[in-house]
Amino acid sequence: MTKQVQQLDRVIIRFAGDSGDGMQLTGDRFTQETAAFGNDLSTLPNFPAEIRAPAGTLPGVSSFQLHFADHDIVTPGDAPNVLVAMNPAALKANVADLPRGADLIVNTDEFTKRALTKVGYAENPLEDGSLDEYRVHSLPLTSMTVKALEDFDISKKDAERAKNMFALGLLSWLYHRPTDATVRFLELKFAKKPEIMKANIAAFQAGWSYGETTESFSVSYEIKPATLPPGLYRNISGNTALAYGLVAAGSRSGLPVFLGSYPITPASDILHELSKHKRFGVRTFQAEDEIAAVGAALGASFGGSLGVTTTSGPGISLKSETVGLAVATELPLIVIDVQRAGPSTGMPTKTEQADLLQALHGRNGEAPVPVVAPCTPSDCFAIGIEAARIAVKYRTPVIVLSDGYLANGSEPWQIPDVESLPEITPGFAEAVEGEDFQPFKRDPETLARPWAIPGTAGLEHRIGGIEKADGTGNISYDPANHDLMVRLRQAKIDGIARDIPPLAVDDPSGAARVLVLGWGGTYGAITAAVRRVRAAGGRIAQAHLRHLNPFPANIEEVLRSYDKVVVPEINLGQLALLLRGRYLVDVIGYNRVRGLPFKAEELQTVLQDVIDS
Amino acid sequence: MTDPLALVPKDPERQTAKDFKTDQEVRWCPGCGDYAILAAVQGFLPELGLRRENVVFVSGIGCSSRFPYYMNTYGFHSIHGRAPAIATGLASSRPDLSVWVVTGDGDALSIGGNHLIHSLRRNVNLKILLFNNRIYGLTKGQYSPTSEVGKITKSTPMGSLDSPFNPISLAIGAEASFVARTIDSDRKHLQSVLRAAAQHNGTALVEIYQNCNIFNDDAFLPLKDPARRDDVTVRLEHGEPIVFGAERDKALRRTPSGAIEVVSADEPGILVHDAKAEDPSLAFSLSRLDSPTFEHTPIGIFRQVERPTYDQLMREQLDEAVAQQGPGDLAGLLASGDTWRID
Repeated sequence: MTKQVQQLDRVIIRFAGDSGDGMQLTGDRFTQETAAFGNDLSTLPNFPAEIRAPAGTLPGVSSFQLHFADHDIVTPGDAPNVLVAMNPAALKANVADLPRGADLIVNTDEFTKRALTKVGYAENPLEDGSLDEYRVHSLPLTSMTVKALEDFDISKKDAERAKNMFALGLLSWLYHRPTDATVRFLELKFAKKPEIMKANIAAFQAGWSYGETTESFSVSYEIKPATLPPGLYRNISGNTALAYGLVAAGSRSGLPVFLGSYPITPASDILHELSKHKRFGVRTFQAEDEIAAVGAALGASFGGSLGVTTTSGPGISLKSETVGLAVATELPLIVIDVQRAGPSTGMPTKTEQADLLQALHGRNGEAPVPVVAPCTPSDCFAIGIEAARIAVKYRTPVIVLSDGYLANGSEPWQIPDVESLPEITPGFAEAVEGEDFQPFKRDPETLARPWAIPGTAGLEHRIGGIEKADGTGNISYDPANHDLMVRLRQAKIDGIARDIPPLAVDDPSGAARVLVLGWGGTYGAITAAVRRVRAAGGRIAQAHLRHLNPFPANIEEVLRSYDKVVVPEINLGQLALLLRGRYLVDVIGYNRVRGLPFKAEELQTVLQDVIDS
Repeated sequence: MTDPLALVPKDPERQTAKDFKTDQEVRWCPGCGDYAILAAVQGFLPELGLRRENVVFVSGIGCSSRFPYYMNTYGFHSIHGRAPAIATGLASSRPDLSVWVVTGDGDALSIGGNHLIHSLRRNVNLKILLFNNRIYGLTKGQYSPTSEVGKITKSTPMGSLDSPFNPISLAIGAEASFVARTIDSDRKHLQSVLRAAAQHNGTALVEIYQNCNIFNDDAFLPLKDPARRDDVTVRLEHGEPIVFGAERDKALRRTPSGAIEVVSADEPGILVHDAKAEDPSLAFSLSRLDSPTFEHTPIGIFRQVERPTYDQLMREQLDEAVAQQGPGDLAGLLASGDTWRID
C-alpha cells in the first residue's frame, strides 16, 4: 500500500494518559527524536502532584505536549493538532483543548463501561457522535501491544505496560521521526532486564509497523528541519540548564560549588543533576530542612565556596531569615526559587510567577537582594552564571526566579563555547602588611566588602546578623551608623544597575505606541503573541526583564516612550505594582493564575485590544 | 584513631591564651558563667597549636552565642538555632578548619533542635559547646527546654508545664559519636573535656552546666557547693570503676534490667565505665542518673566512639568521582547526551 506523505510546517502533539502510563517518558522520547531530527521544538509537561492518583480518574491524568516546527518557535503551542488519549479520563481532561479537525488517537481497550462511568461519561463518546468534529482513530492499543509481545517471556501486566512504546512507535511513523536513539535508550534503560528491554523495543517497532500497514492512517507527515543558527545543539530543560549554569559558574570562577538543598517540587531535579557532577568538585548536601539547606550553603560561602540553595515557594518562605543574614553579612549566595502555584502548598506541579514580591521584599528590615529571572528553558544556563557573577562581585545573596514551566519545559539549546562564558573573579581578600583588616571597608566602585575566608592569616574577623560599624564591622548600635549601613547596603544593590545590560526594546516598525513588558517564563508566550499581532498588521513593541532588582537603568525611559504599557503576568499584578509605585506609570496588567502558561492566542487578543482601544 | 586535626595547619609559634583574645569588650553580665568558659577555651586552645586563622567559632543567638566576638579567630554569629547547619556547610567544605559551634539550651534544643540532632547523626567534624543554664537569658528569663517542670518564670507564672530535655540522653539517642558533660566552674575538668572533644573525629557534643546569676542563679548549686559537690558528682573516666562520694564510698552498678543503681562502693560488680562501647545503652543509662535535684550527676565523657565522618565521606565521593571519570570537563558536560549539528 502506498501512503501519501504530506508536508507540514508545524505540529502540536499531546500525549495524555494515566499517571502510570508513562506519558512523560513517551513525550520525552518523542522530543529527543524530534530534536535529533533538527526541528525547533518546545515542550510542556503537565502532571499531577500525586505520584499515582487513583487509576483512571481525572486527577490522575498526566500529559506531555510537544510543539515542533520547520522554523523558530517560542512556545509549546496553544492547542494540540493531535491528542493521544490512553483512557477515557485522558480524553475527558483534554478534549476541550482540541480545535475542530484535530486528530484524536484513542486507546479503545480502556473504554470499558466501568472506566467511562468513573469519569462521568454516560455514553461512550467514541460511539455517541460527540467527537464528530475530530478525525478519530480508534485503536485497541493495549491488546495490539499484548498480541505483538505474546512470544516474549513476560507477564501480561508487563506486556500491557509497553503500550506507551507502541503508541510512540506509531507516532514516530506518522511524523517520520528517527528511531535509533529510542532503541538505544530502551537498551540502556532496561539493561538489567533483557526480556523487558526486548519487549519494549518490539512494542515500539510494532507500533511503527502498524502505522505502515494499517488503513487507519492513510497519510503520514513530514516536517522539515528548522533553519537554526549553525552550531552544536542539544535539547535541554530549564532545571538541567540551571544545574549546568551553576557547574559552569563554579568552573569559570574557580570556586567549588556547594549546593544545600531539601527536596521540593519542581526544584528537586537541580539537586539530582548537580549530585551527578562530583568530579567538578560540586558538593551536594541534602539537608534536614529548607533552613539547614540555605544555612549550609551560606556556611560554605563563608568558607569560600560558591554557596547555592534550590527550592520552590514554600522553601523560600523558610529560607527568608538566612537570606537576611546573608544580606547583613554580605556574603555571596545563590538562592534558586523554581516558582510554583501558591499560596502555601498550592499546586506543586503547576507554574506561577507569584513569588516576585516575596523575592524582593520578603525579609525583615531593609534587606535588598538582587533578583534575576530566566526567560526560556535554555536561558536558565545563562542566568545561573549571571546570578553567580552578581553574587560574587557584589558579595550578596541573589535570588533566581525560575518557574515550573521553564523547569520542566525543554527546547533546543545551542551549546555555547566554554571560552565565551563570562569569567568570574572571586578576589579573596589578602592581608596587607601594617594595615588593620577592616571587614566592612568597601570597594569604592561596587561598594562590595572584602571576602576574607578562614585560613587567611591576618584577616581573622567576626561577622554576624547584628548591625556592624562601617569599616571595622564591630557590633554597633549607633543610630547614625545604622542609617549609613542601611543606605550603603541599598546603594550597593542599586548600583548593580550600572553593571547589567539596558532594557532592549524590539520594535521592527519603529512606530509602535504600545509596549508589552514581561518578565521571566512568559517570554515565549508573549513573543508568540507579538509575532501574531505583527503578522496581522499591528504595531507593538516588546521588552522583557531578566533583571528584576535592580531594574535596568533605562527602564523608566522605556516605559515613558510608549502611550500604553501592557504587563502580562501569571500573578495578580506584582511587577505592575512595582512599576506603578516606582515610576508612576499607569501600566495595564493582564493577569491569569491558572497554574498554566499563557496561550499565544489569548495574549494576541489582549494586545490587539489595547492597540485598538 | 583518625586525627580530626591532621589537615588543619599548625602554628610554628608557641601560642598563649592572650593570642585568642580580641579587643572587644566582653558584654556578659558580671558573674556570668560564660566568662569562665571563655577563659577556659582561650586557655586551652594554645595546646592544640593550630593556626588561629584556621579556627572558626560559629554561634546562633543567645547570651552564649556572643562568644565568637571575643575569640581572635574567624567567627560567625548567625541566627537563632541555625549554627549547626551553617557550621555543617563550612566544615564539610573546608577540612583544613577546626570548626566550633557555641550554642545554648534554647538555641540548640528549642528553635534549633532539628539541626542539632541531624548534625549529630551525620557526624560532621564539628565541636558543639552547649552552654546549658536552664533558662532564657537574653530574652530576660523565660523557662527553657531544659528547665525543670513547674519552673516559675515571667512566661510561666503558675509554673512551666513541659518536661525538660536531657541533652545527653537526646544526643545519645541521635547517634552522637561523642557526648560529654562538664561544669563552668571546674576549669580543669572543662578543659580536659574540650581536649578530648577537639581530638575526636566527628561531631562532639559537650554540655556545659553554666550559671546564669541573673535569671537562674545557683541552678547547679549542689554540683558547685564545696560542702556537697563531691557527694553528688559522679566523675566518669573511661576504663575506671565508677566510684563517687566525698568518702568515695558510693558506686554504680547495673541491674539485670540494664538500669543503673547506686550502691555501696564495697559491693561486688561495680560498674567500670566504657565510653567506647559500641552499644550506647550504658551511656544512655548513665545519662538518666541526672535529676533536677542533683542526687548523683555524672560528668565527663559518656560516649566516645569512632565512626566515619560526613565531611570525609563527602570528600571521598568527590575523589572517587574524579578517579572513575577524570576531572570535570565543562565543554564535555555541556555537549553530553543526544546532540546534533546544524551547519
